[in-house]
Amino acid sequence: MSILVFRHLEKVPNGQIPLLPIDDFRRAVLDAVAEGCRVVAFYGVPQSGPAVRLVAVLAREAAAELRAVATDPGESYPALTPECPQAAGFEREIAEQWGVKPLGHPWLKPLRFHRSYRPGHDAWDRPEGELPAPSVMDFFRVEGEGIHEVAVGPVHAGIIEPGHFRFQCHGEQVLHLEISLGYQHRGVERALLGGPHPRTIHHAETLAGDTTIGHALAYVQALEALAGCRVPARAQALRAVALELERLANHTGDLGALAGDVGFLPTASFCGRLRGDFLNMTALLCGSRFGRGFVRPGGVAFDVDAALVADLRGRLDAAFRDVAGAANLLWETPSAMARFENTGALAPETAVELGLVGPAARACGLELDVRRDFPSGIYRFAQLPVSACAGGDVFARSYVRWLEIRRSVEFIRGQIAALPGGPVRAPCGPPAADVTVVSLQEGWRGEIAHVATTDAAGRFARYKVVDPSFHNWLGLALALRNQEISDFPLCNKSFNLSYGGHDL
Amino acid sequence: MNAASILHPVLAVALAPLLPGVINRTKAFFAGRRGPPLLQAYFDLWKLFRKGATYSRTTTWIFRAGPIVNFACLLAALMVLPLGRVPAPLAFAGDFILLAYLLGLGRFFTVVAALDTGSSFEGMGASREVQFATFAEPALLVGLAALARQAQDLSLSAMYAGLSAAVWSQALPLLALVAAGFFVLYLSENCRMPVDDPNTHLELTMVHEVMVLDHGGVDFGFVQWAAAVKLWVLGALVVGLFPPGATGRPLADLAAGLAGLLVLAIATGAVESCLARVRLLRVPQLLVGAGVLCALGLLLTFR
Repeated sequence: MSILVFRHLEKVPNGQIPLLPIDDFRRAVLDAVAEGCRVVAFYGVPQSGPAVRLVAVLAREAAAELRAVATDPGESYPALTPECPQAAGFEREIAEQWGVKPLGHPWLKPLRFHRSYRPGHDAWDRPEGELPAPSVMDFFRVEGEGIHEVAVGPVHAGIIEPGHFRFQCHGEQVLHLEISLGYQHRGVERALLGGPHPRTIHHAETLAGDTTIGHALAYVQALEALAGCRVPARAQALRAVALELERLANHTGDLGALAGDVGFLPTASFCGRLRGDFLNMTALLCGSRFGRGFVRPGGVAFDVDAALVADLRGRLDAAFRDVAGAANLLWETPSAMARFENTGALAPETAVELGLVGPAARACGLELDVRRDFPSGIYRFAQLPVSACAGGDVFARSYVRWLEIRRSVEFIRGQIAALPGGPVRAPCGPPAADVTVVSLQEGWRGEIAHVATTDAAGRFARYKVVDPSFHNWLGLALALRNQEISDFPLCNKSFNLSYGGHDL
Repeated sequence: MNAASILHPVLAVALAPLLPGVINRTKAFFAGRRGPPLLQAYFDLWKLFRKGATYSRTTTWIFRAGPIVNFACLLAALMVLPLGRVPAPLAFAGDFILLAYLLGLGRFFTVVAALDTGSSFEGMGASREVQFATFAEPALLVGLAALARQAQDLSLSAMYAGLSAAVWSQALPLLALVAAGFFVLYLSENCRMPVDDPNTHLELTMVHEVMVLDHGGVDFGFVQWAAAVKLWVLGALVVGLFPPGATGRPLADLAAGLAGLLVLAIATGAVESCLARVRLLRVPQLLVGAGVLCALGLLLTFR
């Protein structure tokens, strides 16, 4: 067997991941992708001494299986990206973090503009000691009569995160968009090394501010798998309720913001308020509108009583009634639909090639949903239908959100109507030594992947985090091709990706 | 000429900032919010006129002249502008051409001031403004020509002041067509929905706002004030086409005109509250539509 096949949340001894020569490694990964696998994570693990080992984790939804394979590339290796575009971001990350050069990478530039993690090894041979400035580099240029360049950001007009967008335009038409991020790089992955510490959960909760529950769940799942902890059923149900509330709040906010971007005020105004209503329901559970402090290793930090459940139910029904009204008004307004339809369309083949995840992928008709494909916790027992939609345009991306809103509300109603009894937290022991665990969770933006590798002492030797935004930013860039530049804000909002989650 | 004619330009300059306030309050009402105070535009002007301005080293005198020239053009336009049955202080044959050119001159200076900054955003906005003007200006002139033929007079004041119950009953289709065309022009020339979203913060989608991004302080105050006066000027062209006819008392006519502008501002707020913005590439189609309506009106005068 040249590639290891294992299950979600299975403890894999580090020695069991096959270590192949680089050519066999490339063939194994490319064959798996050709077979229908998706690259979940591809990252470097420091070895004793200066060497770095590359590990690729792939997922095959159809068989609910994960695969892993490793190689020792030395200082450079032939890049996977030309044959497997979804590796593009990962290979740029590997080059930047470890100074290992993927030879033949078509667009090898830094992602986050930090120093190499291996002093003395820099993929661009930059002088040591100098901190690289974000976005100071050459951008892809289109030359010719009537071509002009528009630079947007990193400081934006709204209250959003920083990121730089460089458009090559011909009149109003966008020929190419290059996105340069890294302004939000905080070094979270490195801060997680040597964990779990008491503060690790706080790092996980703030990986992407609007996905607190999603990332915290992915982290505690990994930790519980490493420790062999059994989470009480009541805690599992409450975690899922919190995760779906997070999805509801963000999807509702997105629908409102999409309406606002085309200047359709009724839906924008309603959804702005309703997002707050959903956030308040999360606050009802744990006192924080963004769910901070709710998910803890071994369970959840707060229990609910009958009065709280009744309150939650009442609020949920009222908010859903209003969301339904606001959303249906949007779908029934021809002037708004004229803006949504056929704007920023992505072909399903492109979505597969780029390895898109979450609502952006489902809007292209790809049936991907971690809650169904790699279920954990209560999702193993309570299935949610996958909300897919054909078209790949702004309309499809917004309609998928509406479908998910309906299904999440239904799911929460079902869960709180029949909450299991018992405790909400079990003790979680120390992690096992020398193993790797892959933890996946369907955050509201899509697949959140955490890969935890422990050393001989049971501490994190490597903790890889892949936010769904990491897969999807390139999708936004391609969706903009041949669109009008004035439609960029609308397309951007329809993806609504995280800068902090990408920059880590 | 009478007291009302003298009073109108003064009131226009003084009361114009009320119009955006009314529109915003209407939109807030539709959204279930309370909205900003009616006098917010005055507060903003007061704030801006007390501020200093920062000028980019790449700009020249053109950049500084833009807002003032535009404001002056609109003040001059008020001199030939009738409001309802109130004739303008100045009326002469062909003054409607002067009005169109004054609006054009103001636009020209706004556009070159934007280009003067060398910013890609402002260049984009300027390009859009000029592209839309190419369709809007002919529509305005054709509509005014239709009115001139109907009134058999080449002065704006005569075209509007002569409207009476008899004229409406006889030339209703013509006036309705021109009014519809002018309403679209009023929305587009003032950068209201569905052509431009005055509320957006997204530079890439803006038309007018993006051209004035680099102006600050007193300059921006004049930009804002001029925008309000422009709302008044084009609003008066629409409102004047509607009843009531002359009452014989000039001040009553003036009050009727002011009430008409108020109703128009509320209608604008209502339109903005229930419509999404059209795709930028479709705006010329909308303006061509307005041109066609005006041209049909002109055709009717050849019966």
